Amino acid sequence: MTTTTIDDAPFIEPSATAPRNYLNDEYGVLSWLLTRDHKRIAVLYAISVTVFFMVGGIIAFMMRLELLTPEGDLFTSDTYNKLFTLHGIVMIFFFLIPAIPAVLGNFILPIMLGAKDLAFPKINLLSWYIYMIGGSFGIYVIITGGVDTGWTFYTPFSTQYSNTHVFAVTLGAFITGFSSILTGLNFLVTIHRMRAPGLTWFRLPLFVWSMYATSVVIMLATPVLAITLVLLMVERTLHVGIFDPALGGDPVLYQHMFWFYSHPAVYIMILPGMAVISECVAAFTRKKIFGYKFVAFSSLAIAFLGFLVWAHHLFVAGISIYSAMVFSFLSMIVAVPSAIKVFNWTATMYRASVSWQTPMLYVLGFIGLFTIGGVTGLFLAALGIDVHVHDSYFVVAHFHYIMVGGTIMAYLAGIHYWWPKITGRMYPEWWARLSALLVFVGFNLTFFPQFLVGYVGMPRRYHAYAPEFQVLNVLSTAGATILAAGYLLPMIYLFWSLKFGRKAGTNPWGAVGLEWATSSPPPKENFHETPVVTWEAYDYPAFLKAMRETQHG
Amino acid sequence: MAHAPDHADHVGHGPAHHRAPIGMYLAVFVALMVFTVLTVAASRVNLHQWNTPIALAIAVIKATLVILWFMHVIHSPRMTWIVVISSFLWLGVLFVLTFSDYLTRGWPIY
Repeated sequence: MTTTTIDDAPFIEPSATAPRNYLNDEYGVLSWLLTRDHKRIAVLYAISVTVFFMVGGIIAFMMRLELLTPEGDLFTSDTYNKLFTLHGIVMIFFFLIPAIPAVLGNFILPIMLGAKDLAFPKINLLSWYIYMIGGSFGIYVIITGGVDTGWTFYTPFSTQYSNTHVFAVTLGAFITGFSSILTGLNFLVTIHRMRAPGLTWFRLPLFVWSMYATSVVIMLATPVLAITLVLLMVERTLHVGIFDPALGGDPVLYQHMFWFYSHPAVYIMILPGMAVISECVAAFTRKKIFGYKFVAFSSLAIAFLGFLVWAHHLFVAGISIYSAMVFSFLSMIVAVPSAIKVFNWTATMYRASVSWQTPMLYVLGFIGLFTIGGVTGLFLAALGIDVHVHDSYFVVAHFHYIMVGGTIMAYLAGIHYWWPKITGRMYPEWWARLSALLVFVGFNLTFFPQFLVGYVGMPRRYHAYAPEFQVLNVLSTAGATILAAGYLLPMIYLFWSLKFGRKAGTNPWGAVGLEWATSSPPPKENFHETPVVTWEAYDYPAFLKAMRETQHG
Repeated sequence: MAHAPDHADHVGHGPAHHRAPIGMYLAVFVALMVFTVLTVAASRVNLHQWNTPIALAIAVIKATLVILWFMHVIHSPRMTWIVVISSFLWLGVLFVLTFSDYLTRGWPIY
């Protein structure tokens, strides 16, 4: 058995890149649709989530157009209800939850571990098919008239009153949940069982720690959503009394069960984002992450504490004030591990020679926007303020700062960072920086006015509003236009780079990590020789020293 | 190609290959049937507030038998035990915090 160590692997010349890789190893549609290669499955997921992102984005833009004027002049109120419902369902269930784990995690995680594939390659492919079946229910509902319950499917409206496609769309969400569970299961087993020799737990990249925490949350929370949606479907179709008071049920029970999944789902969305940020911060500051163990354990702390806060979504739903006080306190505590991460990333940048490539621009955007989203989350965790701003645009702005300002910024950072590895081609740096700037400006112009308009009283989920809110809404719609341009640009130049981009070579960023020790794109089996890890994670000082010696020698 | 990361073929076939004798499975099956009869019988007797706790207790015993024997947890490695126990702890979190709402709704507000 021949081995190579991480300290000499990054110096492989681009010309030594193996001619065969996962992209050209086999040809034909079936070689993709029946593949068990985690990298190809990641590409399938990338294409699918991009389609859903575009669908969700178009719906969002339609809403922003409606809100350009105070009158409901573009859509009826019923249509508007369907638009915000479908926007939420598509973006959360079919884009944000699978995006980073199923695309970047699927591609990078086994390579980071020095493994040939995930533990269960067939189950990995199965998860994509399940996702597509669930997603096709979503598309079916969009085509056949929509659903108007809001993405939360609150009872009793969803079970008793709504005459839209509640059953089909909840069935779609139910099915898609199994896809997440299978991905989480695959990651957990792979991380436990398939690490390369020498890759101990505390040598793991922080990406892996975050993915581990995400997988735990997926495994423990998603089944509860499945049960909740089944109960909803049972009550809606068979009129069994579970949530309907008229039948002896309790509507608040639905909210408890729904948010027991859906609040941790926020961490299913943001933890993978944090995973990407840790990698990019280390790579572009060329330093060890400050407080590695704190950042690693903060992921697990977020995963655990994230389960204890769900009822802050129910503060005005009639829950006990004593229970509300407990949940308010717990919600504030979950900010602590999140803050540890932000402080440690910032401390890593302190006195570093930071390179300002596109992924790093997105990282800086993430840190700022996630912090604003997190701090406004504390406003909402406070009982008194929550009563004031509940169901207002303040809440809309808050969670978009987390999900769009956080998760999507991190996804774009990760896509740009690993694009050379995935495709073997560099993206055009100037255009990418322009898009990062447009996304940052467009995002803030879209959502910051929503904090203001929400705080002064504009409720969410209405297609018409009082005229005094118009200026802020026009600003928001203008921002959405810039944001849309910022999102469209990468779709164009990344596609362009597939053919015309400069060849990337094995390690274009000079980064440490097993994924940068194999060729770009990686061979089907990821490594020609089993890597043996002898270095700590992010040991840039030693890496840079070794690189200098190699150059001089 | 070296073998170290090539665990995919072995995952899921750890040391938990202990097979219980067929008689044990039959005994567990009979026990489950007995408890099922007991559930139905208990539901037909008016035990006032004790009907629900008794039904739940029987259900817990049956679930434990299924998990330990039919799902082979009793002969599984420690990691499997950790996964099973932590799953129930999470279920406990769901119940305890949900009941923190239901059980305190009637408390006075000062």
